[in-house]
Amino acid sequence: MSRARADEEEYWHSSKFRAFTFDDEDDELSQLKESKRAVNSLRDIVDDDDDDLERVSWSGEPVGSISWSIKETASSSTSSLEGRDSGLQKGSSSYAAFPKQVSSYSLSSLFKGELCLSLSALSDTGVKNYAPELRRPKAEYKVSSLSWGLSDVPYAYLYLFYLQVCSLERFRSLQDKLVLLDEAVAGHDGNVITAVLIFLKRTLRREILFRELEVRQVALCHLIHFLKEAGEQKLLLDLLRFLDRTEEVALSQYREHLNIQDVEKRREFLKGCIGLPFSAEDTSHIQDHYTLLERQIIIEANDRHLETAGQSEVFRKYPRKASILNMPLVTTLFYSCFYHYTEAEGTFSSPTNLKKTFKIPDKQYVLTALAARAKLRAWDDVDALFTTKNWLGYTKKKAPIGFHRVVEILQRNNAPVQVLQEYVRLVEDVETRLNLATKYKCHDVVIETYKDLKDRIQLTAYKCKVERGSAEEEKINSILNNMQIRWKN
Amino acid sequence: MAFAGRRDVPEPPDFGILKRLARDQLIYLLEQLPGKKDLFIEADLMSPLDRIANVSILKQHEVDKLYKVESRPAPSASDQFCFLVRPRIRTMRYIADIVNADKMSGRSRKYKIIFSPQKFYACEMVLEEEGVFGDVTCDEWSFYLLPLDEDIISMELPEFFRDYFLEGDHRWINSVARALQLLNSLYGPFGKAYGIGRCAKMSYELWRDLEEESEGDGQGRKPEIGNIFLMDRDTDYVTALCSQVVYEGLVDDTFRIKCGSVDFGPDVTSSDKSIKVLLNAQDKVFSQIRNEHFSSVFGFLSQKSRNLQAQYDRRRGMDIKQMKNFVSQELKGLKQEHRLLSLHIGACESIMKKKTKQDFQEMIKAEHSLLEGVDVRESTSFIEEHIDRQVSPIESLRLMCLLSITENGLIPKDYRSLKTQYLQSYGPEHLLTFHNLKHVGLLTEQAAGETLTAVESKVSKLVTDRAAGKITDAFNSLARKSNFRAISKKLGLIPRVDGEYDLKMPRDMAYVFSGAYVPLSCKIIEQVLERRGWLGLEEVVRLLNGNEFSVSDSAVEDNPAWESQRVILAVFLGGCTFSEIAALRFLGKERGCKFIFLTTAITNSARMMEAMIEAKA
Repeated sequence: MSRARADEEEYWHSSKFRAFTFDDEDDELSQLKESKRAVNSLRDIVDDDDDDLERVSWSGEPVGSISWSIKETASSSTSSLEGRDSGLQKGSSSYAAFPKQVSSYSLSSLFKGELCLSLSALSDTGVKNYAPELRRPKAEYKVSSLSWGLSDVPYAYLYLFYLQVCSLERFRSLQDKLVLLDEAVAGHDGNVITAVLIFLKRTLRREILFRELEVRQVALCHLIHFLKEAGEQKLLLDLLRFLDRTEEVALSQYREHLNIQDVEKRREFLKGCIGLPFSAEDTSHIQDHYTLLERQIIIEANDRHLETAGQSEVFRKYPRKASILNMPLVTTLFYSCFYHYTEAEGTFSSPTNLKKTFKIPDKQYVLTALAARAKLRAWDDVDALFTTKNWLGYTKKKAPIGFHRVVEILQRNNAPVQVLQEYVRLVEDVETRLNLATKYKCHDVVIETYKDLKDRIQLTAYKCKVERGSAEEEKINSILNNMQIRWKN
Repeated sequence: MAFAGRRDVPEPPDFGILKRLARDQLIYLLEQLPGKKDLFIEADLMSPLDRIANVSILKQHEVDKLYKVESRPAPSASDQFCFLVRPRIRTMRYIADIVNADKMSGRSRKYKIIFSPQKFYACEMVLEEEGVFGDVTCDEWSFYLLPLDEDIISMELPEFFRDYFLEGDHRWINSVARALQLLNSLYGPFGKAYGIGRCAKMSYELWRDLEEESEGDGQGRKPEIGNIFLMDRDTDYVTALCSQVVYEGLVDDTFRIKCGSVDFGPDVTSSDKSIKVLLNAQDKVFSQIRNEHFSSVFGFLSQKSRNLQAQYDRRRGMDIKQMKNFVSQELKGLKQEHRLLSLHIGACESIMKKKTKQDFQEMIKAEHSLLEGVDVRESTSFIEEHIDRQVSPIESLRLMCLLSITENGLIPKDYRSLKTQYLQSYGPEHLLTFHNLKHVGLLTEQAAGETLTAVESKVSKLVTDRAAGKITDAFNSLARKSNFRAISKKLGLIPRVDGEYDLKMPRDMAYVFSGAYVPLSCKIIEQVLERRGWLGLEEVVRLLNGNEFSVSDSAVEDNPAWESQRVILAVFLGGCTFSEIAALRFLGKERGCKFIFLTTAITNSARMMEAMIEAKA
């Protein structure tokens, strides 16, 4: 192996650093592909007994794995693990990281103490003999013989209260309860804090508890988290209201909509959310959420009807993959640009209506409409999207997003070169334009750009990129022969 | 060589014993319910369990059928049910439903719940409320620590992040303290402890409490780990939010490494099946590329495959005896290497394809600008466009957070407009996500401080002095500013480079982010270890909102000759990324020391963002 190691060293240290870019597809990928070919060429000598190898080197979904077995139970819940034994032994090898011999940490000696403890909750079990590794503090099982005093409750004893909550019942005065809570917080153990809070919640009137928690932020967080987890929504809202955390009250109620499956019910629920004490900004978001779902319900009903009727061509050609219900606004806009592009503004499903209702910015609208129309290969629509007329009646191409983005989206939708070319030409930055034009083989644009740059060398070089005898080649030649151009090189 | 003068790096201790302890305890617990039983396992526990036991072990201890928690048992099932679960209220209700359904139909069974890593009182309370308290027995499986690799130990508690940093719940601090106690007893005593962050401090204190209550029989023993460094994830969100570009991090970002293994799909294996691969130091190919910058990996793999080719080619012209030797001694190793090579080449190919499709290059550029604090407008519009085009919701969120943290919050106009566009692109329910992100301080609006002060003074009027101090603390943590720019300047996190940064011959930890940024978390660790404390870092500490500590245990013998002095347990509370691991491995090699990683879970930007999203109950 030392030879190999030397090679590696040599590799890591000798090779000169080159700037690396993830865009540099050709170069890096070709290097990879080459390695892949090399490795694959070895496959014929290697593949003969794959299985053997798999067992040795991988745990790759090994037959003995627990996740695997559970999947099995799920598929055939009646079969037991019987008869799978042979496979198990095999698969297990990949997990056997340790020698199989019995460990020096013997089981019974190790865990007896702990278990008795948790099972019989602190009865004096007289466990003295166990390994040091996993034991609890000894204070824990001494407790039952202790008499409680509040003067100084050491944390370790406190830790046990939750195991024996009945002992908490001794804390009856408010002051004792609060000392208990403060000590729990000082002990840093969230489990104990929550245990004490559950006790306080049971033995104190709400307002008293809330009042005390208001000045105990850590404990308050614990109670709020507990109420969330236990699903005690009503008490949680009362608490938040008491604390004047109105925004959280609103959010916490709004959150419930996630659990409502039925769309009609969800819509109704959201309607109710509009009046909740959100910030002004969020109120408008909630209003939009409601309006959006309302729209979607109408659109969905209509379109399902259209689709089943089979009258509309676009639905026949591109059947809907999923319902539009509960989708984000932009997805809805895309959908409407796809299926309802030409509809008048008056209809709920028309893109312009959506744009107006939800005040969708131009940029967002154009991006989405472009993606939708390009997907349908409706190039005329794409063209119209960027064409503006000025007051003299001249038409001009304008886009709220960079034209390089337009090109990228069109290209991803396999736009033909003629279409692509038109937009590549509009990319302002010369270098980007050249790059895009070269990448997508928009020869005319490349040629014209070099001509404008008066770059004879590059233009000459480009001749080898175009087909011999093609119109492009002719064009290059005629430009190169044009005596009027003052080349810069 | 660049590393002239470095000492040999100490070997990591053997963490195998942790697995053995966990397995033995599980077996013991299963034996507590003698006879045939069906085992219900929590989904989150399956992968960790797979790493320490397998079905045959469970079967030897009379486990009959295995179910996933949340599924319904077969009607004909066994007389004994055992549940292996995380301590969650939801799961308790599920178990109670099963028990109550049995009661209704007059079926009698034994039930046992094994909580891992520990039981919570709230869970028992739910069992009590549901009327099944006496019907089930409860145990704890103290499975705190899962060694994922020779230098990585995970607590496999991804929920730690949300529970602590978002909800402010301290429930896992005890688990961390117990994990430390166990490690200290096996590999300690740790002579020196450093840390920063509120949670780090609490975990440390609780651990010390636990140690004091137990007998100090570990003292005087020769330790294997001499130092420990605890850090809260919120000390450094920036690093965790960056796109990862070292191989292991990239594999994690792209395919999700789960419990030390990854599922390579058909696009990687170039066959129709997926393969599950363990990624660790045992993988001879992986172990050499895991810490490298992605750009160096291709070349390495192709070199490696050429070598392999050459070794196979030697076969030609061998006589029978040599051939026999070759087959018996070398072939197997070569074959294995071949498998590994073709998998990692496939993975690289797949990563490249995905990344070029998403204009990764542009994104990295935007990230670097944000880190450096230049061209903020451009980066903002890049993010905006990302959102408008409905590129991944998680990526958009991540970039916004990175913008917010590096800029100390978004200016209100940007905040409003990005939020509105986000809700329009990815769904209005993300209103809740934004609220969560604001709460933890990952995505904030500038000048929010004023409103907080108002609330604070209002509350303070109601309170006694002692409590008022605590409140101010709590509010400070809510309102904490990231101060990233100032910290970055102080610690020199953005390397000034003349010419190109040589990623194959890294000069510092910045290589894990293409030479653009030294991970803050790792830089802090480096600085503190170098100074053997926080002296001279006062300004940085202040900018990081304090809560730093540095303690040497005088009872522990301090022998500089011991290798353990150069072994550091780096504890990440709230998750640690593979980029950070790579950076510290690099630092270790440079300085002749060894870092062992203890993390509540392996994390990355996507996991952090996902933890902030509200899902239906």
